[in-house]
Amino acid sequence: MIRLCGISAIIFVFGIFFFVFREGAPFLAKLDWSQFLFSPDWIPTSQTQPKYGVGALIVGTLSVTVLAMAIAVPFGLGAAVFVSEFCGKATKETLKIVIELLAAIPSVVWGFIGLCVLNPLIIQTFHTPIGVNMLNGAVLLALMSVPIMVSIGEDALKAVPDSYREAGLALGATRWQIVYRILLPAAKNGLLAAVLLGVGRAIGETMAVLMATGHSVRIPHSVFDPVRTLTATIAAELGETSKGSEHYQVLFLIGILLFSITFAVNLIADLAVRGVRKK
Amino acid sequence: MSDAATKSITTRDLNLWYGKFQALKNINVDIRQGLITGLIGPSGCGKTTLLRCFNRVNERYGNVTTTGEIRVLDRNIYDADVSLVELRKSVGMVFQRPNPMPISVYENVVFGLRIHNRARDLLGTRRKKFYRFAKRLGATAGGGPAGTSRRIDLDEAVEKALTEVGLWKDLKDKLQVKANTLQLEQQQKLCIARLLPLKPEIILMDEPCSALDVEGTRAIEELMFAMKGRYTLVIVTHNMAQARRTSDECIFMLLGELIEHNRTADLFLQPQNPKTAEYIEGRYG
Repeated sequence: MIRLCGISAIIFVFGIFFFVFREGAPFLAKLDWSQFLFSPDWIPTSQTQPKYGVGALIVGTLSVTVLAMAIAVPFGLGAAVFVSEFCGKATKETLKIVIELLAAIPSVVWGFIGLCVLNPLIIQTFHTPIGVNMLNGAVLLALMSVPIMVSIGEDALKAVPDSYREAGLALGATRWQIVYRILLPAAKNGLLAAVLLGVGRAIGETMAVLMATGHSVRIPHSVFDPVRTLTATIAAELGETSKGSEHYQVLFLIGILLFSITFAVNLIADLAVRGVRKK
Repeated sequence: MSDAATKSITTRDLNLWYGKFQALKNINVDIRQGLITGLIGPSGCGKTTLLRCFNRVNERYGNVTTTGEIRVLDRNIYDADVSLVELRKSVGMVFQRPNPMPISVYENVVFGLRIHNRARDLLGTRRKKFYRFAKRLGATAGGGPAGTSRRIDLDEAVEKALTEVGLWKDLKDKLQVKANTLQLEQQQKLCIARLLPLKPEIILMDEPCSALDVEGTRAIEELMFAMKGRYTLVIVTHNMAQARRTSDECIFMLLGELIEHNRTADLFLQPQNPKTAEYIEGRYG
């Protein structure tokens, strides 16, 4: 029985993969890969000539993710360094609890914040016509992935033996010199894993980006352009397709695409963590 | 005061608490320059704590309170104008477990130089950028790439330090090897070597041989003899035979108090205090 519990995770993963693949598979045969991946034309509901190009959606996902990481990585790793090296015990415990609370906020609430708080804020600050855009989604994704980065990054820094710190200290290094010259090199694999898991979180996130990025299919030219992501497309359209139709199958293909991307990111993160342990 | 010059470290009424626990009680000690001074006593007697006062690394555990005076090289190290960085440059420390940093042998040895020469460092990179810029303009007017001379300085420092601890022959072709892959004995010697480019006057050793085998212990002890005179060495040890072999003077501590401080030969042959006598006879500890 306990063994069943243990391997159930494997069964579920394969089950899900099988299901998604089965639904998407029939379309694979007549799929023009280069058009599917690179064409920015996503017109699935056309009666005469539907077009299934997810190029713009991929660009949307990547651009929001990259921008989110540009915001989240400095904050997340900075917070990890602060929590593990610079603050007192009481601050540390408080911060960790608060950061975990941040991780527990449901994504639809984040989306709500994006619509009602960030949206007017962006319009006011940058004088843009709309506030639900790439920047809005990226800020939300950044806030959502920071907690993961902090807790995993902090673990990585905690795993650096204290004797290294004492060695640096006894040689007259300041705290910053210890961070830059000893801790970051020593913990770099763990910190990389922290970043990648944050990336995985950001790529897979659906509800917040659905609500906050403006949901318009296009290749963005600035951070103030609205975009649409792969995940948001599935969430928004799947309910409106008829089961077994081409559109339906393409949406499942997008699912497979997402699955592969997050799988690759997690795998790399895992290898990075393992690299830490080997040493 | 005339013999203050021959004292490297003096403490007056030194008390230290970890939270509410008093670890050092009224320690008055004079450690003479150029000698090897051994600190002995049973576990928990405060000898490591005392050692860690001399370069103020105790303070990293936030709940430490210290009263009294510690003079190192004739300056009170708790004076407001004493720079911790300068103090730690002149008072090096070797730890119980060899703790080379997880970077190359070379970088371990020059670590101290690098962190204490930041201004020059910055200048170096700025100059390098300038040269790259000049090169792109096609105007490489003589002069090699900047930083070459500095590189040579560092190379020299590495060779000198490693030669001094007797590692140069073994490691000169392995300078880029990660330091924590060396044998323990080599690691510990490297930990001594990385202090030397900073030209310390005092080296504190906290049971430097307890992780090493007989051969390694002998090698470190021989190194200590070779360094004696040029450096003031203070060594904490659990191993009474080692204290007897290596030290010129010995300090016996018990429960945070200094019981006896004497020339090693006298302390072991004619202990003045019955507690010392009992400890060196092995009645407790």
